[in-house]
Amino acid sequence: MENWLPIFVLAPLGMAFINLLLTKVFRHISSYLTLSVVIFLLWLSLRFLGHESFFYAVGGWPPPLGISLVWDPLSQLLILIVSIITLAVTLFALPYMQQYTAQNKFYSLYLLMIAGMNGVILTGDFFNLFVFLEIASIASYALVAFGVEAEELEASFKYLVLGGVSSSIILLGIALLYSVTGTLNMADMSNVIHQGISKNLLFFTFALFLMGFGLKSAMVPFHAWLPDAHPSAPAPISAMLSGLIIKALGIYCVARIFFVIMGIVPIIRTVLLVLGGLSMVVGVFLAVGQWDFKRLLAYHSISQMGYVMVGIGLATPLGILGGLFHLLNHAVFKSLLFLCSGAFEYTTGTRQLKQLGGLMKKMPWTGTSCSIAALSISGVPPFNGFWSKLVIIIALFQAKFYFLGAVTVFVSFMTLISFVKVQKYSLFGSLPKRLQDIKEVPALMITGMVILAILCIGLGVLYPFYGPAVLESARNILLDPNNYLRYALP
Amino acid sequence: MLIYFLNSILFVMGLYCLIAKKHLVKKIIGMVVMEYAINLFIILLGYKDAGIPPILLPDMNKAQFVRQSVDPLPQVLVLTSIVIGLSIMALMVAISLRLYEKYKTFDMSEIRRLHG
Repeated sequence: MENWLPIFVLAPLGMAFINLLLTKVFRHISSYLTLSVVIFLLWLSLRFLGHESFFYAVGGWPPPLGISLVWDPLSQLLILIVSIITLAVTLFALPYMQQYTAQNKFYSLYLLMIAGMNGVILTGDFFNLFVFLEIASIASYALVAFGVEAEELEASFKYLVLGGVSSSIILLGIALLYSVTGTLNMADMSNVIHQGISKNLLFFTFALFLMGFGLKSAMVPFHAWLPDAHPSAPAPISAMLSGLIIKALGIYCVARIFFVIMGIVPIIRTVLLVLGGLSMVVGVFLAVGQWDFKRLLAYHSISQMGYVMVGIGLATPLGILGGLFHLLNHAVFKSLLFLCSGAFEYTTGTRQLKQLGGLMKKMPWTGTSCSIAALSISGVPPFNGFWSKLVIIIALFQAKFYFLGAVTVFVSFMTLISFVKVQKYSLFGSLPKRLQDIKEVPALMITGMVILAILCIGLGVLYPFYGPAVLESARNILLDPNNYLRYALP
Repeated sequence: MLIYFLNSILFVMGLYCLIAKKHLVKKIIGMVVMEYAINLFIILLGYKDAGIPPILLPDMNKAQFVRQSVDPLPQVLVLTSIVIGLSIMALMVAISLRLYEKYKTFDMSEIRRLHG
C-alpha cells in the first residue's frame, strides 16, 4: 500500500500528457479520462485514510539524500479536500466546458493543476515543493486565460507577474536555507534548524517565505491579483482556484513550513494574526459593494482566508483546529458558490446581480444549493461555516484577543449582509422578462453542486464522526513538530 | 562578498523593471533578469575558488576531494529552475501577444479594462 503514494502525483501528471496524445485519435474522450482519474484519486485517498504516517523514498534513495514523499495527517486532510472538491468540480465541468473549444487542452491543464497540488501536499523536499508549486501555478495561469477574451488575458498577465515574483522569492528563500543548512530534505532541515543557525538569516527567510506564500494565498497587502484572476477563469477553474489552489499553495505551505519545519516563533504568530485580521476586514468591505457575483465571491475568499490565517496563527490547540476546520469548510462552500455562479452564467449569460432575480423558481436545484452555500459562508447555525467560525471566535476569546474576536464577529455579520444581498437579487425577487424561458442546468452539473451542498450540511453536523480522525490528528502535527522527525526520516 | 552584493543589485534591477515599467516586453525582460539573478545566486552557493569538478575518480584522495570539489547540488537545482523560468517566459510572451491582438498596444497602463 505504501508504494502507492507516488500515484497521487503520477496518475494526473501522466494522464495530462496521455490525454493530449489520445485525443488526437479519439476526439471526445478527454473528459471521461479526467473523470476516471479523479474518481481513482478519490478512491485512493479513501484507501489511505487513517493510514499511519510514513515516508516514501522516490527512486529508492533514503531521505536525507533523495527526494521523499511524506504521508501524515496534515497531508491526509489536504489530499481529502483536493480529491472531494475535484470530483464535484469535474462533474460540473463535463457539461459546462461544452461551450468552449479545445477541451482536451483544458482537461490536460486541469490534471496538471491537480498533480501540482498533490505534489505540494505530499512532498518532503524543499526544492521539490518549489517544482510542484510551479507546475500548479503555471497550469492555473494558463487556465485563467483560457477564454482568451481581453479581460481574461489581462487578469492572467497580472496573476502571472505577481505569481512569478512570489515563486522567485520562494526560490530565493529555499536557496538561502540550503546555504546555511546544507540540506533540502524538510525533516533534516528542521533538525539542523533546531540545533541552531544564525537568527538573522532565519528571520530573513521568514520574511521571504511570508511574502512568497502570502502572495500565493492572497493575504491582504498581497491580494491585488485575486479579484481579477479568480472571476476571469471559467467557473470550474474559479472553484478550483478559490477552493483549492490558495489553500494548497498558500496556507498549507505556511502551516507546513512555519509550524512543522521551522517551529513557530512569537513574531510569526503576530504577523500571521495581523495579516489574517487585515484580510478579513479589507476583504469583506471590498466585497459588500460588488455587483459582479464572481468578483464578490473572490473578495470573500480573501476575507475567509483571513479567518483560516487567524485560526492557525493563534497557535493554540483550539485555534489551529478552528483554522483547519474552516479551511475544509471554506473549500466546500466557496467551490459550491463559484459553481452556482457558473450555473447562473450558463443559463442566463450574465453574472451581474442586478440583471438576475427570481431564479429560485426556475432553477430549484441550483437555487437551493446556492442558498445552502450562502448560509454556510455567512455562518448560520446548522451549516458547517457556523461551527468553524464559532471555534475560531471561542479560541480568540480564550487566548484573550478580545479585539480580534470582536472583529471576527463583526466580519461574520458583514458577510451575512453581503450574502443576503446576493440571495435577494439572484434567487428571490421578480424574474426579469428576459429570463422567462430559462431552464435548469444539466443533471451532471446539478450532481456536482448537490454533492457539495450535502457536504455543507454534513460536515457541520457529523463532526463527531470524522473530526478526531481527520482534523484533530492534523492539528496534533502542527502542535508537536518534533513528531515530524520521527516518521519523515529513516 | 562583493559578488553577492552585485548579484543582489541584479535581482533588484529585475524586480524594479518588472514592477515599474509599463511596456509588456520590458516586464518580461525584468522577470527573466530577476530569475537569472536567483539562478546565479544558487550557483554561487556551490562555488569554490580553484575548485574541481565534483567527479570522484579512482585515484583521488577522498578527503581532499571533499575539500576541493564544488557543490554539485545547486547546479542540478538551477537546471530545473531554468526550465521552469523558460516555461513561464513562454507563457508570458504568448499572453502578451494575445493582449496585443485584443488591445492593439503593449502599454500596460492602457490595458486596464478590469478595475481591481
